[in-house]
Amino acid sequence: MLSRTAENLFWMARHIERAENTARVLDVAHRTSLLPLDIEGTQAYLWYAPLNITGCAECYEVKYGLAKADTVSHYMALDPDNPTSIYSCLKLARENARTVRGAITSEMWEVINDTWLELNSLPKQMDYEKFRDFFDWVKNRSHLFRGVTLDTIIKDVGLSFIKLGTFLERADNTARILDVKYHILLPSLNDVGGAADYYQWGSLLKSVSAFEAYQKIYRDVISPQRVSELLIFRDDMPRSLHACMDEVEDALRAINGHSGKEAQRLAGEQHAALHFGLTQDAFSEGLHEFLTDFLKNTALLSREIREAYLSRQDTAMIRQLTT
Amino acid sequence: MDTKTLKKYFNEMYADNGAVREIYKRYGHWLKNLPDGTLARRNAEAELLFRRLGITFAVYGETVEAERLIPFDIVPRIFGASEWQRLELGLKQRVRALNAFLHDIYHDQEIIKAGIISAHQVLNNTQYRPEMKGVDLPNQVYAHIAGIDLVRIAENDFYVLEDNLRTPSGVSYMLENRKTMMRLFPELFVKHAIEPVEHYPQMLLNTLREAAPPNVAYPVIVVMTPGSYNSAYFEHAYLASQMGVELVEGQDLFVHQQKVYMHTTEGPQQVHVIYRRVDDDFIDPRVFRPDSTLGVPGLMAAYCSGNVALANGVGTGVADDKSTYLFVPDMIRFYLGEAPLLSNVPTWRLSEPDDLSYVLAHLPELVIKEVQGSGGYGMLIGPTSSKAEIEAYRLRILAEPAKFIAQPTLALSSCPTLVESGVAPRHVDLRPFVLSGKDVRIAPGGLTRVALTEGSLVVNSSQGGGTKDTWVLEN
Repeated sequence: MLSRTAENLFWMARHIERAENTARVLDVAHRTSLLPLDIEGTQAYLWYAPLNITGCAECYEVKYGLAKADTVSHYMALDPDNPTSIYSCLKLARENARTVRGAITSEMWEVINDTWLELNSLPKQMDYEKFRDFFDWVKNRSHLFRGVTLDTIIKDVGLSFIKLGTFLERADNTARILDVKYHILLPSLNDVGGAADYYQWGSLLKSVSAFEAYQKIYRDVISPQRVSELLIFRDDMPRSLHACMDEVEDALRAINGHSGKEAQRLAGEQHAALHFGLTQDAFSEGLHEFLTDFLKNTALLSREIREAYLSRQDTAMIRQLTT
Repeated sequence: MDTKTLKKYFNEMYADNGAVREIYKRYGHWLKNLPDGTLARRNAEAELLFRRLGITFAVYGETVEAERLIPFDIVPRIFGASEWQRLELGLKQRVRALNAFLHDIYHDQEIIKAGIISAHQVLNNTQYRPEMKGVDLPNQVYAHIAGIDLVRIAENDFYVLEDNLRTPSGVSYMLENRKTMMRLFPELFVKHAIEPVEHYPQMLLNTLREAAPPNVAYPVIVVMTPGSYNSAYFEHAYLASQMGVELVEGQDLFVHQQKVYMHTTEGPQQVHVIYRRVDDDFIDPRVFRPDSTLGVPGLMAAYCSGNVALANGVGTGVADDKSTYLFVPDMIRFYLGEAPLLSNVPTWRLSEPDDLSYVLAHLPELVIKEVQGSGGYGMLIGPTSSKAEIEAYRLRILAEPAKFIAQPTLALSSCPTLVESGVAPRHVDLRPFVLSGKDVRIAPGGLTRVALTEGSLVVNSSQGGGTKDTWVLEN
């Protein structure tokens, strides 16, 4: 497969997954803001969380100042100036798709193109109460895209690069959600186990569609350890780090190719840590440190994938030809 | 219906007495019995289909609006089997002669030695590429894909308006128009036996295979595009996917030891045939425009040493030039020893005294063009010009008659077309696509372009032109 094609497939999937994740994060913030919580500074905490998760808090502050419900929602959902807004992600995904139209199925193209056209038929400024419907729509479009992809595309390296993009982005997002919750929303031990804590962990679980799974598996009160176990180490939880790295490792194995040895090694190492790791060890090391390491390694892996498969350096290629 | 238009121009569906012509009988019957509003409704469906499929033309911009749709008309244009057969023979003949001409002028230049066309006319043409002298191409084919623009004046009167031998576009509309018509009007396809066009991508693929360097058993073929911002990008992507080959940009290719490779996830892979939709000027910054970022440095060297084939070949522009057009009938006689089956638009060369005096006496009826001009600049369109403009132009002609040619203002045929007020006649032309490999092949029909503005003779999409599905009925 052309390196440029692989690159666009990878980013197409990544942008769609990112749009969905942003919708999820904002959705939870919206739900949480409806709860009658009586904690000082809840509003500010609440609305900084989504900005921190997607790493756009600074740019937001420059434009809007304090984190407020309506402006954060607009900035992260619809603002074309924000390169990580849902709007921008869906736009970029369509550009990626358009560039490699021949490498995706017409069904996939129609989903992406329809999504973009529908997005553009929405008002540029959305009423605050309409956002929840919008987030549902974004999630549905993303689900539809993945379903259509799996149902229509040939199972070759193209699909492997799509999966790589999807699951690297998802792993990154789950780790960030956990991390932000950990150091922003767990202020004092007094609150642990209280109503506020329950709702906060509950909303975190909901943001990654894991609330029902949690109850089914643990049938008990929500504890940080179990949430971490569920979202980091369990491989049967579709958005957990372990499940994501399963997919990443599989995809890299399917792509193979002699230039990808280092990427495979890095992914294998990361996968092994999740496969054999223990929740209590992650906690004693410090969850924040554990997650920071994970994010760092994921970034390393992404860079290695880019260099091995996606970049187009003539000199590197000629070296391959002459050896 | 506008009877003036009916009388003045050939209407392809209705005879002068208003009766439906034989070829359109079934369609006319179906149209007459269609409940009111059906066409308009299906037209809206068609528009939605095109937008959803993203079949857009025009420059890709920031906004959704910038991706314009090229208007699609849902009334088909129909040809009978025998009239198409005559056209097909004429087209094949013409393209054979054009390829023979290109081979000749880059080799022995017999046609110049025979005094049929002047050395000046060929060698001083800006599109003549001296780099191609002595380069042998497989099957001696230069223009693998040719788009020959035809206009119709009367029942049996077709003229070639222009030969497009560089990177002719529009074939994706021919294919998508057919697909859309089959989706909107399946009942019509049951009623008519219509020659299929869906196999065009396979024909193209075969043509490209035959263009490969002769010692390559399994050639790797790619389509090369200037990129997703090009106005015809949709077509490039479409054809690549229909043929199942990679769509590449210049940045995806590199040359090493006069061989062309593409960057793939498995490492470098050699490429043998490039269906390039990038103009000569931009394909290799080492040989042509040095500022081009669309091309591949070293591509010409690889091409000239026979390691890679380009379709179309380099240097075809010299044969589709306005001033070379005049000589195509002579080429047919010279290379093939046959009488031309398709006519050129009658052209007066004002370097000839007889032609000159006729033209000067008939300026208000004629179109005058500069021989070296292009893109419609410096033209006089007699019927739409004022007396003063005509007199000013007359002085220019008299000063240097050899610089000009003249043609009659063509009365393009019309076809029924769905417009706001209902179905009404609009002027059309036709671009069939002629493929040359070991054989010459044509997909039945081609792309019909229609001038949607009443009375307009300009079919270009940039000037409000649309397209139609073109049917060739089976015998």
